[in-house]
Amino acid sequence: MIFEDEPVPGYPLPILPGHTSPGRFERVLRAGLFAVTTELDPPDSADPEEVYQRARVFDGYVDAINATDGSGANCHMSSMAVCALLTRLGYAPVMQISCRDKNRIAIQGDILGGAAMGVCNVLCLTGDGVQAGDHPQALPVFDLDCMSLLETARTLRDEARFLSGRKITSAPRVLLGAAENPFTHPLAWRAQRLAKKIAAGAQFIQTQWCYDVPLLRAFLRHVEELGLLDKVFILVGVGPLRSAKSAEWIRTHVPGVHIPDAVVKRMAGAADPAAEGRRLCIDLIQEIRTLKGVHGVHVMAFRQEHTVAEIIDRSGVLDGRKPWFPGRDPQTSTNRMAS
Amino acid sequence: MYAVRHWSVRHARGLNTFYRGFESLLVALDPLFRAIGYQRLERPMALVEKTVKGFLFDCRMCGQCVLSSTGMACPMNCPKNLRNGPCGGVRANGHCEVRPEMKCVWVEAFAGSGRIPGGTAALSTVQPAIDRRLQGKSSWLRVVRERVGSAP
Repeated sequence: MIFEDEPVPGYPLPILPGHTSPGRFERVLRAGLFAVTTELDPPDSADPEEVYQRARVFDGYVDAINATDGSGANCHMSSMAVCALLTRLGYAPVMQISCRDKNRIAIQGDILGGAAMGVCNVLCLTGDGVQAGDHPQALPVFDLDCMSLLETARTLRDEARFLSGRKITSAPRVLLGAAENPFTHPLAWRAQRLAKKIAAGAQFIQTQWCYDVPLLRAFLRHVEELGLLDKVFILVGVGPLRSAKSAEWIRTHVPGVHIPDAVVKRMAGAADPAAEGRRLCIDLIQEIRTLKGVHGVHVMAFRQEHTVAEIIDRSGVLDGRKPWFPGRDPQTSTNRMAS
Repeated sequence: MYAVRHWSVRHARGLNTFYRGFESLLVALDPLFRAIGYQRLERPMALVEKTVKGFLFDCRMCGQCVLSSTGMACPMNCPKNLRNGPCGGVRANGHCEVRPEMKCVWVEAFAGSGRIPGGTAALSTVQPAIDRRLQGKSSWLRVVRERVGSAP
């Protein structure tokens, strides 16, 4: 599907009625299409070309690209800079903001700055603790938590003022997102926690990796009981496993990632584990897609980003749709650029 | 103390009932507090509060206590200072991702609030961003001043 007005880098799209952002990602979600997002592994480099190379591998298969903010508490190019580079070419980034490294003064400045650069989506995260990364001696800030960060962003956008009450002249038109992990404790409270995030301003969520569909179903049922299914766009996190060994490593070393024994067993029994990991990911996407209340998938293929296109292609979730990327329809761009 | 902290969560219901009564008592004492002067009371009261709540809850004296809404588990013991629920990194055994030897504060809070009437509903209130200026100040005196209305 091609929208009438596709982006021209540097030129904001008009905000459609009922939309909060001029972004393409929100358009896809509100049009009821099955959205695909992914994550860009930010380079340990000051070279913009490295960002573009990493974005290009997703061309034609994703609706938005998450720019991580020091994920795993490791140092990389900043989320804000990656977003600024991506918007220059017209990509639709999701700017991740973590509460670990910045206080409310810096964060509010970043939301304004990001929106000024053309960022239309902001994902509000608490962030990993500093102990998880390569600078465990750093000061963990955590001035806000993900919930008060959502409220802060919503205040900037909807009330056009800072937390201090000081007015801002032009509010950041951003779609607000949050993370959710339906696969860890306290399981019985996860849906209510989502309710809280929605109350704080979350419009979409991207979940932790899902390898356990029954748990996801239970979560969605709970969300439905709370009457929230039409209040939030849910994108379920998926990703290809590399081998049984790496699955085992992830589930024991990465807190919050739940991989059932059956999955590890399936990986262990495969002749070509990497191919099996992709197959498993496709199977999961196809099953997840049928669930009521799911609006898309968020593919996190850490260090396997080149497999995302193939996985999405083979899963068939785009139904022949080709998400916009720079150069997809040069004719339109040139015409509108000239006009 | 870690063990006492767990005891407090297990006895969240009783502690909550006690606190309700205690708060009413404090509010009733407002005229006395005014006579002495809130400013003058700040330090001794904070010291008492720190001692009592420090013993019972490992209180960090954030100055804006939410224990009644968190099943008597102090959220400031969360290494990420989360005041609105657990992060996504809770371990399979219900322990903290940052401090694996410690049970997740919010797993505790969820259990504790289940023991307080209307407790889990209280967990749903979105807690605003914390005011760091109140660190070390008495939360009790602040509550009295808020309940009574305008006071210096």
